Amino acid sequence: MAIFSNKKKYATLSVTSDSVNDKKNDNKVVLKESITNSLWIKCTKCNEIVYKKEIDANNKICPKCGFYFRMSAIERINLLVDDGTFTEHDENVLSKDTLDFYGYKEKLELSIENTKLNDAVISGIGFLNEIEISIAAMDFDFMGGSMGSVVGEKITRAIERGLEKNIPVVVVSSSGGARMQEGILSLMQMAKTSAALEKLRKQGLPFISIPVNPTTGGVTASFAMLGDVIMSEPDALIAFAGPRVIEQTIRQKLPDGFQKSEFLLEHGMLDIIVSRKEMKETLYKVLKNLLNV
Amino acid sequence: MKFYLEFEQEIKSLETKLDELKLFSKEKEIDLNSEINKFEKQLETLMIDTYAKLTPWQRTQVARHPKRPYTLDYIKHMCSEFVELHGDRLFKDDHAIVGGIGKIDKQSFVIIGQQKGREVKENLYRNFGMPNPEGYRKALRLMKLAERFNLPILTLIDTNGAYPGIEAEERGQGEAIARNLMEMAGLNVPIISVIIGEGGSGGALGIGVADRVLMLENSWYSVISPEGCAAILFKDASKASVAAESLKTDAVSLKKMGIIDEIVKEPVGGAHRDYEVAANNVKKLILSICKELKQLKVDELKEKRYQKYRNYGVFTE
Repeated sequence: MAIFSNKKKYATLSVTSDSVNDKKNDNKVVLKESITNSLWIKCTKCNEIVYKKEIDANNKICPKCGFYFRMSAIERINLLVDDGTFTEHDENVLSKDTLDFYGYKEKLELSIENTKLNDAVISGIGFLNEIEISIAAMDFDFMGGSMGSVVGEKITRAIERGLEKNIPVVVVSSSGGARMQEGILSLMQMAKTSAALEKLRKQGLPFISIPVNPTTGGVTASFAMLGDVIMSEPDALIAFAGPRVIEQTIRQKLPDGFQKSEFLLEHGMLDIIVSRKEMKETLYKVLKNLLNV
Repeated sequence: MKFYLEFEQEIKSLETKLDELKLFSKEKEIDLNSEINKFEKQLETLMIDTYAKLTPWQRTQVARHPKRPYTLDYIKHMCSEFVELHGDRLFKDDHAIVGGIGKIDKQSFVIIGQQKGREVKENLYRNFGMPNPEGYRKALRLMKLAERFNLPILTLIDTNGAYPGIEAEERGQGEAIARNLMEMAGLNVPIISVIIGEGGSGGALGIGVADRVLMLENSWYSVISPEGCAAILFKDASKASVAAESLKTDAVSLKKMGIIDEIVKEPVGGAHRDYEVAANNVKKLILSICKELKQLKVDELKEKRYQKYRNYGVFTE
């Protein structure tokens, strides 16, 4: 095939160890080293060569085998809110190296440069048909979606925006856990976001949590599992402790499908598993009915 | 057989000499009291000096001392009466968390804490103080009980973390902790948490959202254990001492950051050397803080609690 003739080198991108769970992402995407020429991707699941544009046009789903590639935060938001209705908020909140932690400053700079994101979450207001929602979506590409002060702050503000405008809140989570480099401040974001959700609940407003692959650690043990309705996609890893930690602790092989969305559904921890294509419609139905509109 | 930490070698040799001296004096019926007194004074000075200069990692080791007082020890020394209450009313009684109602002086409290075991058999029974979801759900049930009867809540934190097991995940470990964080934020009664040993991340925070957080001076509290951090960062768990410094796991650093409100002094040479003094120090602080918090109206108490957590985080805009 002509595509192989220039014999470019390939780099395998694996998840950076920024988050407490240090979970290796299943979606190891093989990218060409030279970004200018990334026309196509080899699917992780079926190994077929697929045009990137085809994947993008198909909601980041492999057109050959249906494998769900990871979506960026803005792609998630565009999937769920009506075109042209999203207004971003808090875009310029930036992380600070408070603990003077080994390598954090450099990692932040590199992450911002590589992802063109300011941190691991995008938040704002959008419309789902006639329903106005406060929405936040996490981005796993930015330091493994790890939650530090900025993620905690932006999610809390998204919840407080819901309170202020009396509208539902939707959060799409994707995370390797708490951001180690911010130490105890990262841990406190769990309490901070959960406290805001308590206020939202008292005000009678819906919180829809959408943990997607992978959601782990401190994010799972805070807002991700506090939705009035929790929905996810098929085959999504949603865990508190990472599979490797569990294996090391109990020295046993883990059951098939352990910690995947289907497993959570069976064990009573998830409300809905829905395909990516149907997620927006389902979200709309859930909100419409909770709000009785 | 006494257990000494690695930085206590000088203390160990002095204590050994002192014990030999006392034994010799008794056996030979010779009065060596002035010698013994001199040694005891020397020992005390040495202990004060050593313990004043401990690094965060060394304090972590004290926090993990096998003779350190645990939740039930504090309850025994602080409470004139205590009735343990069991179960989450859903599935099981988690022995890694102890909870109940009792009196500290004249004030009734609901008291909850992670409980470790003293030797292997007990540790297995207590799951090494690492709770499963049913532990957090028991804690929540008891906290709601406190709310119904307008009782202040005291939580004693001492865990290396929430248990990372298959059943724990099956039964929703993440959900159990998350629920507690949310519910504790909205409780109508004062909550005081004391980190008495190990503050292992979410497992600790799951009973640690409070109006005031106290910490014994030789404890640790962190988003990840020092050795866990070292393994990830340096691929070398033995670099834990560097990690502990970086993470700022010690009481002094955490007070500076506003994460904890008060540092509780330990008896000279660590809480394991005198349970009574350690418990008394905790008790005095708890009672004075409780008195202060009880004066606040419920709405004020809750809003202050919300703001406490709302303000955690450092960023630029």
